[in-house]
Amino acid sequence: MFIAPAVILLTLFSIIPIIIALVISFTDMDLVGLADYSNISSAGFANYINIFKDPVFLKSMYNTLIYVVIGVPLVVLASMGVALLLNYGTSWLFKSFRVIYYMPSITNIVAVAVVWGYLYNGSYGLFNYILSIFGLPAQQWLQDPTLAKLSLILLAFWKSIGLNMIIFLAALQGIPRSYYEAAEIDGATGWKKLRYITVPLLGFATFFVTITTLIGWIQFFEEPLVMTKGGPLNATMSMALFIYNNGFQLSKFGYAAAGSFVLFIIIIIVTLIQFAVKKKEVEY
Amino acid sequence: MALRMKHIEKGLMIALLIIGGLLMMVPFIWMIGSSFKPENEFTVIPPTLFPSHPTFSNYRDLFLKMDFLIYLKNTLIIVLCSFVGLFLNAMAGYAFAKFDFPGKNKFFYIILATMMIPGQVTMIPTYLIINQLHLVNTMAGIVLPGLVGAFAIFLFRQFMTTIPIDLLEAARLDGAGELRIFFQLMVPIVKPVFAVQGILTFIGAWNSFLWPLIIANDERLYTLSVGLSLLKGQYGTEFGLQMAGAAFMVVPIIIIFIFFQKHIIEGYTISGIK
Repeated sequence: MFIAPAVILLTLFSIIPIIIALVISFTDMDLVGLADYSNISSAGFANYINIFKDPVFLKSMYNTLIYVVIGVPLVVLASMGVALLLNYGTSWLFKSFRVIYYMPSITNIVAVAVVWGYLYNGSYGLFNYILSIFGLPAQQWLQDPTLAKLSLILLAFWKSIGLNMIIFLAALQGIPRSYYEAAEIDGATGWKKLRYITVPLLGFATFFVTITTLIGWIQFFEEPLVMTKGGPLNATMSMALFIYNNGFQLSKFGYAAAGSFVLFIIIIIVTLIQFAVKKKEVEY
Repeated sequence: MALRMKHIEKGLMIALLIIGGLLMMVPFIWMIGSSFKPENEFTVIPPTLFPSHPTFSNYRDLFLKMDFLIYLKNTLIIVLCSFVGLFLNAMAGYAFAKFDFPGKNKFFYIILATMMIPGQVTMIPTYLIINQLHLVNTMAGIVLPGLVGAFAIFLFRQFMTTIPIDLLEAARLDGAGELRIFFQLMVPIVKPVFAVQGILTFIGAWNSFLWPLIIANDERLYTLSVGLSLLKGQYGTEFGLQMAGAAFMVVPIIIIFIFFQKHIIEGYTISGIK
């Protein structure tokens, strides 16, 4: 009686959809098929074969790789750095900055897009004005194909520091003070304490943050959707946005479902590699 | 000497913290300042961080010229429904923690596994299911898929397993019904989890964007974020209106967060992420 509502809803909207997704990824389901199921026919592996010939999909895979390679280290290192700074003191100052660093994480993505769109504006934006103070030329932040990717990374970086910083902070507060006291008696300096006590003991938190950040960047979606819609020239198109576009803009449900399974498999492989690496690390 | 070094070090840390924090704040300051600017102040160079002729007209236009009142009502309905979902999560967590039934552990692992599925995989089939149930373009279609979540069930279960079973037995001997035990005994005990999950649920519901965008094609069902994205598309040059809309979405969340932030940070410690 207590469990029924939750289980029914989860089954209906989380478990059954996976099975449906798998089934329709082998069909040519589209808008016509949605209106009348007799119009759907089996496509075999055609969707999976075609998607790897689709230049837009290949481009989106390349872009996603760039997002991951730049974004993950940036977010993990910065949020660990901020957590270390915030853990340095306990006064009101540190507590208020905890709130300030967390704030971007809870803000609405559309509002963020509106505000950052204005900051990045080529003629009236703040960023170009700051460049002009230093005598630098104005940039087309969201219109230049290379720069647009970096502009989106900067925005997502700003938005994701907070949550990860909280996880590091929770971990830092779990480290017993006695470790540091013992090290101080042995004459350890600040840098050595950080290098030999703090960072190793943050191992699990770092692992957790790296995995969730990695999965997050592989599914990078909302920022390109609301900021650039994948443009210019598909330069910011991510895999997740490609799936969304094919499913909900072009109504190619079968094709999009095949794309979503490619994405799913990549996530599983990356996660398994992470766990394997972690296991090795523990052994020494 | 060592003490002086320590003071310098601390000063350096605080300086770093303040510089970083100010950089994080720039978009917020820019947003709030701009939301009070009259439209002709947006093309001024150099740009003003704070308006030289502040005005409320942008906020007034949001409600009088645009339908932000309807969007606000829809968003609040979603927030209320999501709190019903919060109770369903708590009930499921309670059942997993305190009752025995066949297949209990299997069920629980399946629920945990749903956390690992990327949203893009379930998005299209969920849309097809909602379509099959004739719930496209209804509030129910917007609310139902996100009503319960594995993470919240997990958190409630973890916390409730630590409550001694004797307490429940005593209440049962006194003749209390199961529902009464849940609401009058369990709910007060798990208040900390309700606090964390309540805030996260509120933030999530208030910000809900993508699913309403997909399911609602009728403007009467739009949420604040969907309305704001509409504003961004149609009134792309009216910066004042856009900034006021963004501020209207962001500021309430920040106020609520500042009030309850202690619980969120403690919540992460409770959930054992260390």
